[in-house]
Amino acid sequence: MTKSMEQDPQVAPMLDRRDERVRHAEGFSASIRAFLDRVRSGDLGSLPVIVGLVIIWTVFQSLNPVFLAPNNLVNLLFDCSTVGVIALGIVCILIVGEIDLSVGSVSGFASALVGVLWVNQGWPVVVAILAAIAFGALIGAIYAFLFNRFGMPSFVSTLAGLLSVLGLQLYLLGSTGSINLPYGSSLVNFGQLLVMPDVVSYILAALPGIVLFVLEYRTAARRRAAGLSSPPLGRLLVRAAFLTVFLEFVVYYLNLDRGIPWMFGLFVGLVVAMNYALTRTKWGRSMIAVGGNREAARRAGINVRFIYTTAFMLCSALAATGGILSAARLASASQQAGTGDVNLNAIAAAVIGGTSLFGGRGSAYSALLGIIVIQSIASGLTLLDLSSSLRYMITGAVLAIAVIVDSLARRSRVSHGRA
Amino acid sequence: MTNLNEVRDNGRERVLSLRGISKNFGAVSALTNIDLDVHAGEVVALVGDNGAGKSTLVKILAGVHQPSSGSITFRGKPVTLDDPSTALGLGIATVFQDLALCENLDVVANIFLGRELNPLRLDEVSMEVKAWTLLNELSARILSVREPVASLSGGQRQTVAIARSLLLEPKLILLDEPTAALGVAQTAEVLDLIERVRDRGLGVIMVSHNMEDVRAVADRIVVLRLGRNNGVFAPDASNQELVSAITGAADNSVSRRASRRQTQGGQVQDQQTHRPEVRR
Repeated sequence: MTKSMEQDPQVAPMLDRRDERVRHAEGFSASIRAFLDRVRSGDLGSLPVIVGLVIIWTVFQSLNPVFLAPNNLVNLLFDCSTVGVIALGIVCILIVGEIDLSVGSVSGFASALVGVLWVNQGWPVVVAILAAIAFGALIGAIYAFLFNRFGMPSFVSTLAGLLSVLGLQLYLLGSTGSINLPYGSSLVNFGQLLVMPDVVSYILAALPGIVLFVLEYRTAARRRAAGLSSPPLGRLLVRAAFLTVFLEFVVYYLNLDRGIPWMFGLFVGLVVAMNYALTRTKWGRSMIAVGGNREAARRAGINVRFIYTTAFMLCSALAATGGILSAARLASASQQAGTGDVNLNAIAAAVIGGTSLFGGRGSAYSALLGIIVIQSIASGLTLLDLSSSLRYMITGAVLAIAVIVDSLARRSRVSHGRA
Repeated sequence: MTNLNEVRDNGRERVLSLRGISKNFGAVSALTNIDLDVHAGEVVALVGDNGAGKSTLVKILAGVHQPSSGSITFRGKPVTLDDPSTALGLGIATVFQDLALCENLDVVANIFLGRELNPLRLDEVSMEVKAWTLLNELSARILSVREPVASLSGGQRQTVAIARSLLLEPKLILLDEPTAALGVAQTAEVLDLIERVRDRGLGVIMVSHNMEDVRAVADRIVVLRLGRNNGVFAPDASNQELVSAITGAADNSVSRRASRRQTQGGQVQDQQTHRPEVRR
């Protein structure tokens, strides 16, 4: 300690590089080594899901060459978007360390409500959609009230909600059983047909790289001006270029068939917005703090109840949105909507994508990555003409593996001091 | 004892004064009729045995618990501390014994937790600069402010917690066992820091079990016993006096142990002085 103190004033290096006991990854090989160190200590990030995706795609492609064909992948993206939006809500609620088991029911109820209001009652479709989303948020507000006021575990309140909301859905559809949404309407077109024009998709695919580079470049400049270390320009360029090439290739490949569905664009837009909210706003910081240490967050002056309320409401509102999207995808609001595996697929997607079930860790992108894994399995098994019984078993096994990886990584993080 | 508080009120601003504070947890009276004054530029040490109510009192001042009865006056105005943010807003900063850090967040996020700059587009650069400034002022040995707090040692966490409490330029700082988890050098650093904070004109309340630390920095030592005021002492009070106020009896386990050690120590010394002769 004394040694380092003596050496401190020598050159007055950058504000965050004064202590020479810390190794900082400077070159390319050092960056790789730092990444490997991080993985070894249990900070896996999205590595497991990418490895898993490669395995799943390789297996299914070898079993059925249609699997990776553009046509199938475009269908995959349509299917991803519906449950993916629900999984995004699950990410929200998992980050604060709670759970919502009723997202399936809420999504089914929202689709039923849109069917009744729009088709049966003749409301304008936009108003019907907004009403359904607002009703979803209201359900979340009720969970939050039960949680904040009575300390009712979210596990129980949402389990009760699962049944009650399913009952509401059946009640709404009671007389008819199911409501067909009219083909040719904008909502059904959005869910089944509408894809981006090629030009638009190429431009949109170029945006992330450019935005990423500009933002990081500006941050780096500000950091240098403030006397902090900053990544070299080369690394920023390489990353942005890599991202752009990857996205443009994906878009090119999908444009060989119909192209990128607008519905998937909406989903990705929601993911990006959520990622911004979680990482770059005070609200997101508070969400992660509440999930990590509720008492510490409370003592720091964070309104913990408000944070829980927003988490529950967002989760239910996104579940309702996902339900409306899946109604559009199926062109119907039926009694089966939102039942079966919707609930678990949404939760599994969030967890497989890397959001911890234990709270305090997670990212909006885990919904995107996780739902692609789940839908790949579903799509691959459908192509192999396997029954849903096998699909359930395999999806269940993948979920179990994901949770095991999560638990092991968590234990490793604790022992490596990364919590 | 209350009179002693009044006597020392010579001209300096009274930052905080408590009158008749009581706190009941169900049938248990954790605090009964506590009076306490803290002036600007003064370190008040709060000492007492386990269960004397020190931490409860700190939590009341931090807004975590609400008193069952009694009045709190802060900078001349009567206040009610309904929640932690009210206390923070008034200028009462608290470093809790369990530090209350979020282990999954990094050092910068913890220091700024609940009062981030630019809420809709977090200003990470300014926050990091300010964090380094605060930590350097405390001559902290923090390696990186971008590592999660889980990777820090106990002493480093203490430093982060103290840095956080200084962020809002408070008028009164509550330190609950600030040196309990620290090594020798870091304890000295924290004591230095407490003096620096005091010299800036802040009131400091420090809860501690360590009589040596208490006497090193405190201007006044307030003793609690079983939830009641049990005397106010100057820092040059003898250990004997303090311990008997804390335990409530002149003949207590500490004094018995001390006298036993004394006689034993004498014997051991005798043996040691004799031993070389035996060897020869």
